[in-house]
Amino acid sequence: MTTSLENLETRQIDPTKPLLEVDDLIMRYKIKAGEVSAVEDVSFTVHQGEAVGLVGESGCGKTSIALSLLRLLPSNAEYVSGEIRLNGEDLLQLSDPQMRSRRWKDIAMVFQGAMNSWNPVYRIGDQIRETLDTHYRGEMSYDEQRAHMERLFTSVGLPPQMLDRFPHEFSGGMRQRAVIAMALACSPELIIADEPTTALDVIVQDQILKELKRIQRELGMSIIYISHDIAVIAEVTDSIGVMYAGKLVEYGATSEIFARPKHPYAYLLLRSTPSITGPRRILAPLEGEPPDLLNPPTGCRFHPRCPFATEKCVVDEPPLADIGGGHRVACWHYDQVPDLEEALVR
Amino acid sequence: MTAPPLHTETKPLLEIRDLEKRFPISRGMFRSPTEFVHAVDGISFDIAPGESLGLVGESGCGKSTTGRMLVKLMEPSSGHIIFRDGDYERDVADVPRSGIKDFRSRVQMIFQDPYESMNPRRTIFDTVSEPLAVQHVGTIPEREERVLDLLRLVGLTPPENFLFRYPHELSGGQRQRVAIARALVMNPTFVVADEPTSMLDVSIRISIMELMTQLGRELGVSYLYITHDLAVARYMCDRIAVMYLGKIVEIGPTEEILARPKHPYTKALLSAVPVPDPSYRRTPVEIKGGISKAINPAPECRFIQRCPFAGEVCEENVHPPLEQRGEDHFVACYRVEEIERGEVVPH
Repeated sequence: MTTSLENLETRQIDPTKPLLEVDDLIMRYKIKAGEVSAVEDVSFTVHQGEAVGLVGESGCGKTSIALSLLRLLPSNAEYVSGEIRLNGEDLLQLSDPQMRSRRWKDIAMVFQGAMNSWNPVYRIGDQIRETLDTHYRGEMSYDEQRAHMERLFTSVGLPPQMLDRFPHEFSGGMRQRAVIAMALACSPELIIADEPTTALDVIVQDQILKELKRIQRELGMSIIYISHDIAVIAEVTDSIGVMYAGKLVEYGATSEIFARPKHPYAYLLLRSTPSITGPRRILAPLEGEPPDLLNPPTGCRFHPRCPFATEKCVVDEPPLADIGGGHRVACWHYDQVPDLEEALVR
Repeated sequence: MTAPPLHTETKPLLEIRDLEKRFPISRGMFRSPTEFVHAVDGISFDIAPGESLGLVGESGCGKSTTGRMLVKLMEPSSGHIIFRDGDYERDVADVPRSGIKDFRSRVQMIFQDPYESMNPRRTIFDTVSEPLAVQHVGTIPEREERVLDLLRLVGLTPPENFLFRYPHELSGGQRQRVAIARALVMNPTFVVADEPTSMLDVSIRISIMELMTQLGRELGVSYLYITHDLAVARYMCDRIAVMYLGKIVEIGPTEEILARPKHPYTKALLSAVPVPDPSYRRTPVEIKGGISKAINPAPECRFIQRCPFAGEVCEENVHPPLEQRGEDHFVACYRVEEIERGEVVPH
């Protein structure tokens, strides 16, 4: 299949310039039993053209962050504090209609499970057209819209005539490609991809990830990848943030974190990921279960499962401190965590 | 067709010969179907006592159908599944209704989704002891004792605390432990595990994998481990069989397959698996297109349309048989030697 991005808008990027800055974001869900502390004091920056990964297990708050950025949260969610700045402008200060005009245009989202993100009774093309209608009302004629959508489909490797088909006529991989085409429809600066390949087979997953990476590079976009799959994150991101129980516990360059994870949780997570390459090493299981976020543990939220925990960890919450080179860790005892290489050789 | 032989003195626990399952595609109420999905299309293999065999492949390749036929949740369209357990020797397809209870005390299954494989209205005790009740084993206090032992064995401690809880009170990992306890309560010799860890988080996945391996060793259970995740298969299986559209295309010892894959499909599958190491560069995947459905498949090699090495020999002959290409290593490909020697260029 020929794919071409020539006709889509490309952006000049300055990798030192921040695009999205999240500062001390706290978001909680109010339920009958109390408040679920889903996103607690999370700060990170996505630069222009950067691919950032958020990893963690189910319930760690990674999807809640994505929904917070787009303000797509359920009605019982409450932003307690913090700022989400896109190009310096705080998105939390915008009114709902203002925010609506930003979604898809500035920040687009590729949802988890492509199967469910389409309406089964409308043609795919009509569903993409709806986005264009909302954001370019009166600016694009019907034929221009069609031409634009055909370019989008070509750019993600789908034949343009597929626009007239219904979602059930697409295979899983094709549906996910169509979702990506839709995300690109209004040339956003940032795409949030929440488990973009989780339901797909490995070979299709490989194709989709390559496609996303190519599009991101060539169009000068930034992407936030959200996944539980550490291997996927390793392949597609420049920086990663490791989340545990609503907190960002480690953040830094992908290569740095994979070589020298400093938070015990990140370390154990990497040690427990099987790989088909390299020597067949012993996998370290993480003992225990993730905490209940209605009553999160005191001090460091990881302390009940942490092999390095001391009394200080039970009482005091460690800050996400820079340990050099933009590598940030929230742990009192990060210097005790061995290098991954060392541990594997032993 | 003969199956790849096993290097064991004892007879295999399971001998699967020319196993087939075809599903008719209905074209209306009064028409007899003319089209069939060949979900499993004449596969043969053995499983040795105590062995763990991994069945890997993409969705729709027939791996779950195979697993279901081995535990008699589905009847094969043709072929034989010879199951031996001590003096017990039966063709699974011929086990009559009256013999099913006896068969099920020897063969069990663990399902993928711990959230759906348990009755939400029954306690953990009810769930785990149900096989005992069905088989009329022991009195109720004896059953309770047995369930407590098993819960302890699968790491749900203290077991008394779990006995009268309901599935919704447990986490995914705990539920999968209950599913394992239920599968093992009758002391089976063979367990089919269909993606038992794919719904679980990484950290919990490892402990379930370890638990299954350890119990397999201690209790002498053999597994057929069905998974799409080759990295998981690496840790769980002694041998791996790779399936593609109802056919086994390659079978051999796990490390051998991972280190020296020979079938073009296995190679593509392996090179598509993401690696948790950002400095690692994978070789690009060389195959074309996506997986289709095996509806009335043509007689030639099932992989021919996507194979970058397909040539005349592949077009003129029927689907290649599994042939030995290394120690215990069998491959179904006509051009495997030419490819090894670098004589064919991918197109």
